[in-house]
Amino acid sequence: MSEWLSVADTAKKIAAGELTAVRVVDTYLSRIMNHDRELGSYLAVDGEGAREAAKAIDAQRAEGKRLGPLGGVPISLKDVLVTRGLETTAASKILEGWIPPYDGTVVEKLRAAGAIVLGKVNCDEFAMGSSTENSAYKRTRNPWDTQRVPGGSSGGSSASVAAGLCAASLGTDTGGSIRQPAAFCGVVGLKPTYGRVSRWGVVAFASSLDQVGPLTRSVHDAALVLEVIAGFDPRDSTSLDVPVPPYTDALVGDVTGLKVGLPREYFEGEIDNEVKAALDKTIAALKDRGAQIVDISLPHTSLALAAYYLVAPAEASSNLARYDGIRFGKAAQGAKDLLDLYMKSRGAGFGREVKRRIMLGTYALRSGYYDAYYKKAQQVRALIKRDFDDAFGSVDVILTPTTPTPAFRFGAKATPMDMYLGDVFTLSCNLAGLPGISVPCGLTSDGLPIGAQLLGKPLDEATVLRVGHVIESLVGLRDQRPKAVS
Amino acid sequence: MPALTRKEVEEIALLARLHLDASELDQMQGELGAILEHFAALAQVDTNDVQPMTHAVPMDLRLRPDEVAPSLSPEDALRGAPVKQDSVFVVPAIIGGNE
Amino acid sequence: MTELAQLLETWEPVIGLEVHVQLNTKSKLFSPSAVQFGAPPNSLTDPLVLGMPGTLPVFNRQALELALRLGVATESKIRAKSRFARKQYFYPDLPKGYQISQYDEPLCEDGRLDIIVGGAVKRIKLERIHIEEDAGKNTHVGQFSHVDLNRAGVPLVEVVTAPELTSAEEAAEFMRSLHRLVRWLEISEGDMEKGQMRCDANVSVRIRGEERLGTRTELKNINSFRFVQNAVEHEIARQVRIVDGGGRITRETRLWDADLGSSATMRSKEEANDYRYFPDPDLPPLVVDGGMMGTILRTLPELPAARFTRYIEQHGVSPDDARTLISDRALAEYFDVTCKLHPGERSGRTIANWMLTELLGALNAEGKDISQSPMQPATLSELIRLVEDGTISGKIGKEIFEESYKTGEAPTKIVERRGVQQISDEAALWEIVDRVVTANPKQATEYANGKDGLFGFFVGQVMKQTQGRANPVVTSDLLHKRLGR
Ligand SMILES: [Mg+2]
Ligand SMILES: [Zn+2]
Repeated sequence: MSEWLSVADTAKKIAAGELTAVRVVDTYLSRIMNHDRELGSYLAVDGEGAREAAKAIDAQRAEGKRLGPLGGVPISLKDVLVTRGLETTAASKILEGWIPPYDGTVVEKLRAAGAIVLGKVNCDEFAMGSSTENSAYKRTRNPWDTQRVPGGSSGGSSASVAAGLCAASLGTDTGGSIRQPAAFCGVVGLKPTYGRVSRWGVVAFASSLDQVGPLTRSVHDAALVLEVIAGFDPRDSTSLDVPVPPYTDALVGDVTGLKVGLPREYFEGEIDNEVKAALDKTIAALKDRGAQIVDISLPHTSLALAAYYLVAPAEASSNLARYDGIRFGKAAQGAKDLLDLYMKSRGAGFGREVKRRIMLGTYALRSGYYDAYYKKAQQVRALIKRDFDDAFGSVDVILTPTTPTPAFRFGAKATPMDMYLGDVFTLSCNLAGLPGISVPCGLTSDGLPIGAQLLGKPLDEATVLRVGHVIESLVGLRDQRPKAVS
Repeated sequence: MPALTRKEVEEIALLARLHLDASELDQMQGELGAILEHFAALAQVDTNDVQPMTHAVPMDLRLRPDEVAPSLSPEDALRGAPVKQDSVFVVPAIIGGNE
Repeated sequence: MTELAQLLETWEPVIGLEVHVQLNTKSKLFSPSAVQFGAPPNSLTDPLVLGMPGTLPVFNRQALELALRLGVATESKIRAKSRFARKQYFYPDLPKGYQISQYDEPLCEDGRLDIIVGGAVKRIKLERIHIEEDAGKNTHVGQFSHVDLNRAGVPLVEVVTAPELTSAEEAAEFMRSLHRLVRWLEISEGDMEKGQMRCDANVSVRIRGEERLGTRTELKNINSFRFVQNAVEHEIARQVRIVDGGGRITRETRLWDADLGSSATMRSKEEANDYRYFPDPDLPPLVVDGGMMGTILRTLPELPAARFTRYIEQHGVSPDDARTLISDRALAEYFDVTCKLHPGERSGRTIANWMLTELLGALNAEGKDISQSPMQPATLSELIRLVEDGTISGKIGKEIFEESYKTGEAPTKIVERRGVQQISDEAALWEIVDRVVTANPKQATEYANGKDGLFGFFVGQVMKQTQGRANPVVTSDLLHKRLGR
């Protein structure tokens, strides 16, 4: 079989009996054996569990039972997704060895749909980063150029999907952590509307920004997976109680009359020329297909970075207070008293970037500083949201580059600020709670993928998928595969 | 917004219960200072009568019926605990009462 | 006058209380694990209670309803939209590293609670009532502490009074009144021994007449009504002696040790926590829906303090009896029902007497409470009427009560069966009086010669003849006539 099979075709062939789930799983497992030593996308491979699940799927079929929409489809999960009985570390030392007693909602939904969990993939520690270099465990390489980062924080997801080490993957996106690595690895990455997908069983980074979403090799696959994981969950008080439309129906291959907004703030300033060129080509192609291109403005865009790097660390500093080495995870040895236990366990358990953000967030929430920092940031956030509300009064969808540059080399970002600046195009989407997708729209001269980002109205995933699908067909990567695995 | 003093960095580290060695403290001071400078822009924005946006999507709190679900067994509850005894978590002695 | 009492002539204590009351729910505030006292350690937890990664809070409707009941009963302003905030500090009994509480947008503000001091009602202002989750329990064992998280996440309300209490007695009385109210409204069992009601006290002293409050200390860990009085008394004395000696009070948190009967510094202001409150992003704003408010307003019973006043003013009950009647809602209900069945001026006073002496006496003897009374209000009222309309004497009435209480037979029936109706008929009584006097000529003469003491002898004789059924008033009237003075 071909590991490049789409999610839909894999499920179809298994349902039709042209392929067994066991065969599919074994194919992926052997590819992981062959390629992942170099790529380092997986933190843990659950071969046994995957084969068991595959056997169960094949048995179901043998008994003539109807298989779920993802019956037998092998997927990888970012290690911030809680998996019952399967070590979940969020790529942090402080959670090393934690075996959760429960499954997150998205994991339950995937299993219920017949998907097979191959294992847990690498990411930046607690999803804090843009290169997966902040993982406490290993370096994950970009399949298109192993000297470069896969992006982050969902770098294990993007790399495993791009290299054909799974049919699809779930990542999380707090400020671009699905869309940016998708862009760097030439895959599709979708961040749903805040509240569309349950956060129950998602190791929290920034609660008001986090969303789970699919990374896949096609827009159609993304639509299929989203259909499975989306929907109301009474275990998440921020989950939206609204029906989930059949997203695949939105992929009509037509954009005639659609108003596509180009926010000028996203096109002026520091953008790599090849990225700019690829976007121009994409815009021209859409126009050519009958889309209406509209110039718009999102005036508060320049403030998004500051607002984000106050709100996210503030929430993170609170969400990460539970890691104290008392009830689970790692504790420092030979602490002389309680304070010492806290200080040492957390000091040794967290990596540098996580500590930096905890410090930043703690600073922003201190009494006397709250109004000037956290509250101010949340007010600016409201202004950013207002910008989008205004814009969506006149356009159906917004098109921007996903990142200012293609994938960079390991260690290329000298300071935290340099790293943060790479997120400028993806942050606002999370601050405003909007759906966003990154779709490949070409390669650079030295063969690095470039991503186009589409932002939609709240709960209008359908339109970003619809337009993304057309972009994919016009300027997508088609059958071009990463060097490392072809 | 002023850059951070070394003393402030130490206070914050204590508040956040993070042990940082001298070199980490130095580096933190520099890096946080640089980041805070970038935030200065916020101070310039007029946010009078702008409601802070605490939730990405406006909604009201949902109410759960007062129903009981089975608890974890003490064994499962303590399974991951670094230090335990019988069915309790064990920590270095605490002085004083609850908050 | 004691040295302390003397000092208190000049110095005025000012006390504010922060009382935590456990809400009577089956499950925890934000997760479905059970609430239960005395279960084995860590047997009432779930991933959320343990603060495990990926868990999220979902709010318990019953906790809101109970908190609202208290808010309405204390005439608090109810916020249409209140908010949960995270109170952050590191402590082993606090699994998430923060307590979900309410900060600058609490559910209730500006309430009041009426307490009864010296037979009169005093109105205490409540600054706020907010909902929050409880922490777990730490037990000190040598150089270690053991952590049990069964209690973590249990629903509480924190009731914060204005600094308006002016003595340890008032502080203790406030606790008793709040305790009575939460039981009255079935908001909480309020059992302090089970930690269902806990109290922190903010104590300061100032020169009488002074407006400004003195430096206050916060007393923590006060876990019984008696301790409230002792701890506050002790702290007032401590402070008054310091300031009177020209010293200054330091702003600090002190821990009350009931065994030592004294308090010690727990943490000074300098080391006070910076809780870094911020709105909990996992919990959207709490909006109180009209439906729930409507039900609560419709079903709210008349409150103890209101009944106290009504019993005195409307029913002429003595303050002491009124206080006893409202000590327990069932007792008050019993009294009200009996009064309704038994209209008539001032009959309330009589009913209270019968209830508190005869009925409670009989119940206490059996270790029963009013809810287990074998005698229903209708029966008691029937008995009282027999006495009031003169069918039987009060003395016989007590006998009838005992029999009816034991057998459950209706008082009227017992009276008829035993034929113990009172004889008030003059004609009938005259014959008996005449017979008695004729039968005792010697005593009659001695009485006539001024030996007044003998009058009682004749009354006794008449009663003897009638097995105590003769109406005493009529009897003595006729005796006077027959004896000539
Ligand atoms: Mg308090
Ligand atoms: Zn409290």
